[in-house]
Amino acid sequence: MADAEYRRLAHLKPNLERRALIYQFTRAFFRGRGFLEVETPVRMPEVAPEQHITPLASEDWFLSTSPELHMKRVLAAGYDKIFQFSHCFRKGEQGRGHNPEFTMLEWYRSRANYQQMIHDTEQLIVTLANELQFGHHIQYQNQDVDLTLPWPRVTVRNAFRYAAGWDPLAEPDPERFDIDLVTKVIPSFPPCRPIVLLDYPAVLASLACLKPSEPVVAERAEVFIGGLELANAYSELRDQREQVRRFREEIRQIQRETGRAMVIPRKFLKALVRLPECGGIALGIDRLVMLFCDAGSIDEVMLFTVDRI
Amino acid sequence: MDIADIHKNSKLLLDGVPYNVVEADFMKPGKGRAIYRLRLKNLFDGSALDRTFHSGEKVDEANIRAEEKQYLYKDGDYYIFMSTDTFEQSFIAEEQLGDKKSFLKDGDVVNVLMLDDRAIDVTINTFVELKVVKTEVSSRSDTITAQNKQAVLETGYIINVPPFIKEDDILKVDTRTGTYVERVTTKK
Repeated sequence: MADAEYRRLAHLKPNLERRALIYQFTRAFFRGRGFLEVETPVRMPEVAPEQHITPLASEDWFLSTSPELHMKRVLAAGYDKIFQFSHCFRKGEQGRGHNPEFTMLEWYRSRANYQQMIHDTEQLIVTLANELQFGHHIQYQNQDVDLTLPWPRVTVRNAFRYAAGWDPLAEPDPERFDIDLVTKVIPSFPPCRPIVLLDYPAVLASLACLKPSEPVVAERAEVFIGGLELANAYSELRDQREQVRRFREEIRQIQRETGRAMVIPRKFLKALVRLPECGGIALGIDRLVMLFCDAGSIDEVMLFTVDRI
Repeated sequence: MDIADIHKNSKLLLDGVPYNVVEADFMKPGKGRAIYRLRLKNLFDGSALDRTFHSGEKVDEANIRAEEKQYLYKDGDYYIFMSTDTFEQSFIAEEQLGDKKSFLKDGDVVNVLMLDDRAIDVTINTFVELKVVKTEVSSRSDTITAQNKQAVLETGYIINVPPFIKEDDILKVDTRTGTYVERVTTKK
């Protein structure tokens, strides 16, 4: 056993060297654009109630599922561009692209919307590819991926009509949505290009605001490369009453489906009234490292996955 | 049990049919429901099945255990086994046993896979020893050119053997490939 660990850890070193470079270049990228690196708590009394994200308890509190609520409290205090590498914990998430403890790179920009956050993501990943000496092409799992900007955009409506044969905006069905997204829509994306999936159904808005011109659509976008779901962007919701309504609905669903009791995140909601117009995005750093290391599984870029602790 | 508790090598019961989980793939949209893609092996006939489940779904765990049993005899299309512990008898259809029947002889003690009280499969040792009941005597020239010949074993299985093998020899056979390994004893 000890031998197997010794060999595995030694074998991971080149990927971890690259991981360290990705952190270094990412920090330089954000600092160069005037972002402040922040650190918010990993252990907290309240997390955003989300039906499909189960927090891990730590005594009477929780381990962070996302730094989002605290980072928005920082924005509400007048910080206009912030970023963070943050350890997040989500119960039961374990697979080739998941580990219950993982690292999120999250950044926020005031006076920005989801499209601008996607633009930042394009710039960041192309910058990293250049710094890592890849140029505009990377190889991922025997596939050439062309990172040339801009990346193709497809709306959720068109992607689902094409790959799954139905329109999730016309007939919202969150359960069918998740299954078809994973089994039909993502596999239909051409593997040779990154893709931005945007304009999610309002029922899947979470903490995003709705499009004023088309309120069945949430201003939410996701970036996929090589079949990996890499990043999720919002034009952030600032309407306190709407946010309370959505949290209550989530809490009700969680209670009904799992019997878990969740509380409304009060400090966050109090700060929300001061939140400037802003965009935010969360990017799974482990998956980004997988992409740049041509790793098919998260355990190739992480020293100790949960089954090896 | 909850689908989230299913892992590789879990045993499930779907529509009354037991399956072994060969591969369990966890996929989940960041904000969405977890999807479990399972590659399953039908424990009755060995066929493969892919099934997708989502978080919150419940599946029946198959109550499967291995029991040591002695093979007694064949009765029509059925092979009869007896527990060495409780002396309970159980049977498996010849069809279900497949190629394994070629390596089972009366009195062998094997592991029998039980689904509740029903025998569904046996685990045969990798190597078994079986007696030759019929083979042609090789001529001297065959022995020199080392041409393999056929031999019938006590289970009725026909195997390729070297020319020096005689009737009543006991052979070691690799059950994974069904091939001759070596001669264990020879007729005095």
